[in-house]
Amino acid sequence: MSRVLVGVKRVIDYAVKIRVKPDQSGVVTDGVKHSMNPFCEIAVEEAVKLKEKKFIKEVVAVSCGPSQVTETIRTALAMGCDRGIHVEVSGKDYEAMGPLQISKIFAALAKKEEASLVILGKQAIDDDCNQTGQMTAALLDWPQGTFASEVTIDGETVKVVREIDGGLETIKISMPAVLTADLRLNTPRYATLPNIMKAKKKKIANMKPADLGVDMVSRVEVLRVDEPPTRLAGVKVETVDDLVAKLKANGTI
Amino acid sequence: MANPLRREVRQLYKNLLYLGREYPQGADYFRERLNSAFVKNKYVTDPKEIRKLVDCGEDVIKELGTLYYLKEYSAMKKRFYEEELLGLLNIGRPTD
Repeated sequence: MSRVLVGVKRVIDYAVKIRVKPDQSGVVTDGVKHSMNPFCEIAVEEAVKLKEKKFIKEVVAVSCGPSQVTETIRTALAMGCDRGIHVEVSGKDYEAMGPLQISKIFAALAKKEEASLVILGKQAIDDDCNQTGQMTAALLDWPQGTFASEVTIDGETVKVVREIDGGLETIKISMPAVLTADLRLNTPRYATLPNIMKAKKKKIANMKPADLGVDMVSRVEVLRVDEPPTRLAGVKVETVDDLVAKLKANGTI
Repeated sequence: MANPLRREVRQLYKNLLYLGREYPQGADYFRERLNSAFVKNKYVTDPKEIRKLVDCGEDVIKELGTLYYLKEYSAMKKRFYEEELLGLLNIGRPTD
């Protein structure tokens, strides 16, 4: 029986209105509500479900970042993960942290923990990269089942139904493997207070990227962050002829 | 015996209060309604009645969980699956 690693990312809450910093170096995060990335919630739920169905023995929640990410790990523990790992990254390293560094960390942890599965959200709602799962699989040379909307374990293989343009694709991959969760994979459970209290007894191990032999140097530099262009006001027309005239005038027809 | 029930009622209140922090109309709005709902039943003594009310409270917890999930799901659907939604409405698709 096996162990599953689940990645959880602390992001600005999906319902918060994002504001760009005046110096255009990024978005305002101070004092802003943060929570677990929605796709990571789905990943955690899937891992916990697999454990409840007795396909796997242990679920380990992993997050990288400053001390605040332990809140996110605690939520994962409250949802049913057995223990957590906090990979401490802060300051400039944290600001520059991206899928490449994360996937290196996860690859090292997957080997260290002898995981059979690494389950991640398909993408984070703050950077929309959709790269970490794929990079992790490549670094480990493991098969990947991305955009998973259904996961079935059958012995040493996994059947994954993937959401792709134009429909669904079913693949069979051997374990160990990396999976990334899509929206319809499952319905994540809400972490209620009694579960949070119980989770306080679960352990969160602490380590640094250097302990895993990972260098955090970024190859990417953010030059500028802009607000999206403001939507132009709509124009009202009186008749269909006016509409056609306007569409012809601006070259649409 | 009112005592074990007293603990359950208190725990129910705490659980509901915790969930109410995310309530769409505001945590304060929720807390006011929560308080008045509990105060309204302050003088109930029959353990069967109390049990029924507690179960009612548990149902509210489940409903809140569902409410929060649906809110998040529909936000994600709108944000990341706009093409799908447009497809359903047959808008924005180039014709062959």
